[in-house]
Amino acid sequence: MLILFGMPIVQLLLFGFVITNDLKDVKMAVVDHSKDSYTNEIINKITSSGYFKLTDNLESINQVEGVFRKGEVKLALVFEPDFATNLTKESKAKVQILTDASDPNMANLAVNYLQGILQNYNLEINRGKVLPFQVKPQTRMYFNTSLESVFMFVPGIMATILMLVSAMMTSISIAREKELGTMEILLVSPLKPLQIILGKVTPYLLLSFINALVIVGMGYFVFGVPVLGSFALLMAESILFILLALSLGIFISTVSNSQQVAMMLSMFALMLPTILLSGFIFPIRNMPLPLQLISNIIPPRWFIVVIKNIMLKGVGFEYIWKETLVLIAMTTVFIGLSVKKFKIRLE
Amino acid sequence: MDSHISIENLSKSYGEVLALQGVSLEIKSGELFGLIGPDGAGKTTLFRILTTLLLPNTGNVSLCGYEVVKDYKYIRNLLGYMPGRFSLYQDLSVMENLNFFATVFNTRIEDNMDMIHDIWVQIEPFKDRLAGKLSGGMKQKLALCCALIHQPKILLLDEPTTGVDAVSRSEFWQMLKGLKAKGITIVVATPYMDEANLCERVALIQDGKILQVDTPAGIVNQYEKDLYAIHTSDMYQAMLDIREYPSVHSVFAFGQVLHYTDKRDAFEVAELKEYLVNKGHEGVKIEKIQAVIEDCFMALSQENKLEQ
Amino acid sequence: MKDEKQVIRVRNLFKKFGDFTANHDLSFDVYKGEIFGFLGANGAGKTTAIKILSGLSYPTSGEIEVAGFDVYKQRELLKRNIGYMSQKFSLYEDLTVYENIRFYGGIYGLSRKEIKMKADELLTTLNLEHVRNKRIGELPLGWKQKLAFSVAILHNPDIVFLDEPTGGVDPVTRRQFWDLIYEASRKGITVFVTTHYMDEAEYCDRVSIMVDGKIEALDTPSELKKQFEAKDMDAVFLRLARNSSYQE
Repeated sequence: MLILFGMPIVQLLLFGFVITNDLKDVKMAVVDHSKDSYTNEIINKITSSGYFKLTDNLESINQVEGVFRKGEVKLALVFEPDFATNLTKESKAKVQILTDASDPNMANLAVNYLQGILQNYNLEINRGKVLPFQVKPQTRMYFNTSLESVFMFVPGIMATILMLVSAMMTSISIAREKELGTMEILLVSPLKPLQIILGKVTPYLLLSFINALVIVGMGYFVFGVPVLGSFALLMAESILFILLALSLGIFISTVSNSQQVAMMLSMFALMLPTILLSGFIFPIRNMPLPLQLISNIIPPRWFIVVIKNIMLKGVGFEYIWKETLVLIAMTTVFIGLSVKKFKIRLE
Repeated sequence: MDSHISIENLSKSYGEVLALQGVSLEIKSGELFGLIGPDGAGKTTLFRILTTLLLPNTGNVSLCGYEVVKDYKYIRNLLGYMPGRFSLYQDLSVMENLNFFATVFNTRIEDNMDMIHDIWVQIEPFKDRLAGKLSGGMKQKLALCCALIHQPKILLLDEPTTGVDAVSRSEFWQMLKGLKAKGITIVVATPYMDEANLCERVALIQDGKILQVDTPAGIVNQYEKDLYAIHTSDMYQAMLDIREYPSVHSVFAFGQVLHYTDKRDAFEVAELKEYLVNKGHEGVKIEKIQAVIEDCFMALSQENKLEQ
Repeated sequence: MKDEKQVIRVRNLFKKFGDFTANHDLSFDVYKGEIFGFLGANGAGKTTAIKILSGLSYPTSGEIEVAGFDVYKQRELLKRNIGYMSQKFSLYEDLTVYENIRFYGGIYGLSRKEIKMKADELLTTLNLEHVRNKRIGELPLGWKQKLAFSVAILHNPDIVFLDEPTGGVDPVTRRQFWDLIYEASRKGITVFVTTHYMDEAEYCDRVSIMVDGKIEALDTPSELKKQFEAKDMDAVFLRLARNSSYQE
């Protein structure tokens, strides 16, 4: 009952809040080679819109890529030298918009918004003038130059599939043993809980690992998604995530007695958040604050960041150690919980 | 090894439901013991406590001298258990199932062939078939093999014959007799009263209480009332008529006859016969008979109900 | 108690699954008000036959009429005129006793008034007035089975199919259940019943015993015992079923 009535409400709220195509506080860096009143005005205009937030003032365009790699800043504005002079004398000035396109949805959206703001600005300064001044934006994408969404989907799908195969399958297979009564015999046997869990988990670990390879391979050979970073690192992180998903699966199975319950739980507790709240389809920074906070406890969120960074930005471990640490912590907690909750008795 | 089971004042409840109330039982080493009662009597709960899968609320239970709560790890090595639902992997073959359970108990099939040989020969022709594709009787035999593969000291069988046809049932009991000869203590739960006679001793259980524990003959001997079998042509009508008979104590259909007990100690067969003949029954024949377990169970369970 | 009106008429019924013949050339009649015992070992083909007779699956070949309706063409009418109950399927555990009665009454198109009347009558006969508003899940198995049977004949069907109705039920309740069966049969309802309790076979008017998809014997219990020189139905059954080639 709770599931039947509760789910639609939760889903509606989730979708309603998550699927907003509005931007909010996108972190932005500025490389201002001109530093005049016009550039100042433009920057003010942009930051006061509420969509963007200025976090870094950079000296050179070469620094932009480094900032992007860290993953915080998604957007950089580069004003050409003598911006004001060009604008007033030649009535034409250039500004470059650089975006981190490893998240193509986000990049597209940000560029559109910025262009809109600049257009408005053009109109404002040209009011009553014969020869119109023009601020000309040029956009450049980093990391995913052709802005292909498949680049984004590969990491997302990888997270979803691994979650599905690992967590759902383990939880269902353990629940199935409970239903059939085979679990009763295993429990009565001298096997230790850890042995039973390992026995159930190992095949799915292998399966999921093969899945991960297939997805990356398909992405590379069929869709041309690059793996810029270390392949070994990518696989290591995948195994970590699989372990996490498996431990989640066992955890779910300890609280469900039938395949149906296990299925429902994995669907609603894992699948939906993985798709909705992990940043796979909808950018996290656009969600309302409560959902942003919740997204922090959703494992795929961290995993997606990690693989995106490795595959599309080609960064090394030093850039993703934080996310990795979160994943390791989550895995430890769930394995601990499952071993503890895995009952040596029926109750 | 002395593989007796001792249960002392055992109680278990699920929320408000009392599944077992003050059960005490002594099952001797090497005995073929029957736990007989209908569904919901508490048989499965008792088995799950014996197999260390459930914790009792109160009471002491020990197997081979080991306590079920404290020494559960050790006890799990001594037990062979066949739960009510046949617990096999349907998508594994017969051989794979057996191998799997041998591995789980850290042993090999070859080392234990003498234990399961008699049963194994019956299913060996189908060893490559999936367990899910076996008939009920065959599944039951396979499950028994799997429960025996580690040479347990005590074998607990929870309703192994429920839903199994009469032929397979009688074969199964033959197998149990063979196992008993090997010195294993065997406890069988069953809802079929007629199977009581195949056990050495039985406990009759209902509503979480043990009604009586004895040999089947002992239970029958303790039946207090004089019991009569009544033959007539129209059994159902006769039963309805007898229920109206002033001094009737109980009347139950028993296959082709009615089992009758009277309230009075001095009961005249002729009187009842006349009553039935007057009601228009033909071929009325009344004879005194020996009670069977089912009579005893019904009498005891009704006393039990009255006490409540 | 019974008359010669056929309510089930089966001629040369075959049912095949691939090259396995589950029902081999079954021919029999069941009469109005009769209690017909349908026995057989596990896997002898009982369930397959019951499914065909109750309109749940089609036979491979053969002429079959149930309650006067053809199983090929008049399934819907047929289903309206039969009742069905099994050990596994009985009533909705989450609904109360009365809600279950109302639900099944509704399915068979009884009016509100009829349902109310029948429910009162049924609960009084079963002595279950006091649990009218209790959830089925809270009742003992024996009560559930009695109730399930009464609900299965709520719409006064011509035939009621009972698939192992008394499995696991305590001996006293089992007999009370048979009282209900007798009563129904007296009202003219044909009872078609399977069971693993051989003493219950004795309570039937006629018994058929299936072995390997064929009906090997069909007669009254006393005739069968005479024919096989056996002291009870248990012995008759064992003799027939032991000859079975069905050892998997």
